[in-house]
Amino acid sequence: MDWHLIIAATIKIVVFVFLTTLPLVAMSVWAERRVSAAIQDRVGPNRVGPFGLLQAVADGIKFLLKEDFTPNHVRKGYFWLAPALVMVPALLTCAVIPFGSKLFGEKMVIADLNVGPLFVFAIASLSVYGIVLAGWASNSKYPFLGGVRSTSQMISYEISLGLSIVPLIMIYGELNLGRIVQYQADNGWALLPLWGEGLSVQGWVLTIPVFVSFVIFMTSMFAETNRLPFDLPECETELVAGYHTEYSSMKFALFFLGEYAAMIIGSGLAVTLFLGGWSLPFGWLSPENTEAAVPWWHGLIHIGVYFSKVIVLILFFIVVRWTLPRFRYDQLMRLGWVFFFEIALFNVVLTAALLWWFNKPVS
Amino acid sequence: MTFLFYLFAAMALIGGVGVVVNKNPVSAAFAMILSFLGLAALFIQLNAYLVGILQILVYAGAIMVLFLFIIMLMNVEEEEKRKFPIVNALGGSGVAIAFAILLATVLKRSEIGNAGLPRLSVAEGPGNSDVHRIGELLFSHYWFPIQMVGILLLVATVGAVVLSKKQLK
Repeated sequence: MDWHLIIAATIKIVVFVFLTTLPLVAMSVWAERRVSAAIQDRVGPNRVGPFGLLQAVADGIKFLLKEDFTPNHVRKGYFWLAPALVMVPALLTCAVIPFGSKLFGEKMVIADLNVGPLFVFAIASLSVYGIVLAGWASNSKYPFLGGVRSTSQMISYEISLGLSIVPLIMIYGELNLGRIVQYQADNGWALLPLWGEGLSVQGWVLTIPVFVSFVIFMTSMFAETNRLPFDLPECETELVAGYHTEYSSMKFALFFLGEYAAMIIGSGLAVTLFLGGWSLPFGWLSPENTEAAVPWWHGLIHIGVYFSKVIVLILFFIVVRWTLPRFRYDQLMRLGWVFFFEIALFNVVLTAALLWWFNKPVS
Repeated sequence: MTFLFYLFAAMALIGGVGVVVNKNPVSAAFAMILSFLGLAALFIQLNAYLVGILQILVYAGAIMVLFLFIIMLMNVEEEEKRKFPIVNALGGSGVAIAFAILLATVLKRSEIGNAGLPRLSVAEGPGNSDVHRIGELLFSHYWFPIQMVGILLLVATVGAVVLSKKQLK
């Protein structure tokens, strides 16, 4: 047993998942309420602590102290299992996302897998079980309808989500998220090829399929995390509250937090794939390769850069939620199957053709 | 790391037994997911990351979701009331035992275990992961079977569309 590896991994798990991502979840709930208030010309929560920053703590205490009521007609075992099955996959996917370059010689990623994006999709696809089970175990009409809606929605959009990143993987030729970020630090972010090898006709032309991918990826992420404009599974006007109608107290909070955690991980993946992860623009302060030593203050800056980008994307998620109205269910399915699926497929072919054209051997 | 092997092997086996024993179809489906996850972990322990992850992505994440979806639309209570079919159980165990004996005999006579499998060198570094190797093999050496499988799946998809259209009339 290699104790050094185990201790380092434990510290990274505790600091990144429990001391950073979970508080970020709580803070994004606060941000959601403040931003929505600003958009609707209200004040929002501003009583607890400065600017209401401690509102998250108050919410947490409220959820913990409320009565945990289990209705009589539910299927008990599965009713208890469902909230955990929503939360656990969302946190598990943190494992492969690089949240910094290196700090004191340690790579700032919990598991440096060679199948990074696939791992995220595989684990994220398990989170649908929590919602299906919640809908079924509640044993009443509205939750069941919400669960059914959510399942078909998540399965449909998983396809376009998976297909949308294929062009990027073809451009990088790599599935290791750490090396993908390093490539972008050297050769320009996927969406901003302004330095390195990105500063060429090939780099600029390839931003077209990358941009299409980015739009499909972000939209599918909204559908996957069940957020407005795609929050049909918990649509209040039709389904009361959808799959978590029968839940109260901390079990409800777990659904709520699971949604935000999935949103944060989705933002993290988008930052890593499209926006250069922890790297600063123009390759400033970036190490020469993934194995090179990094001074500790560069490492800290990289971690800061990663989280700033994630926070910007979270704010984008929040602003979209309070800007767009909800889709109708048939529109949602049409968008997923008739438009995104085909566009994503065509995008893959287009990228392949472009890559072949630019890298064609000169005869 | 043999401890982990036993843990995940037990997980896969318990899941497998659970599929057969559980009367509630939803519980049986979940036991199957447990078994798939154990299997995926075993693949990953063998350094076959891609196979393990695809096991989760395809079987646990896609196929079982559809299974569960269909099961939940059925009437679960009716299934639970069903009596335990003793004859079927005896027949099933007979087949399973016969297969185990067959497997044991074949493995005993084969030479696989004696020589030891050749070690794969999966060196770390860009362009040299198991994903790259599998991809290269699939699209160079096995390109014809890959194309055939693709056409087969396309035919199945077209067939499903045609069949569902027919029922609408």
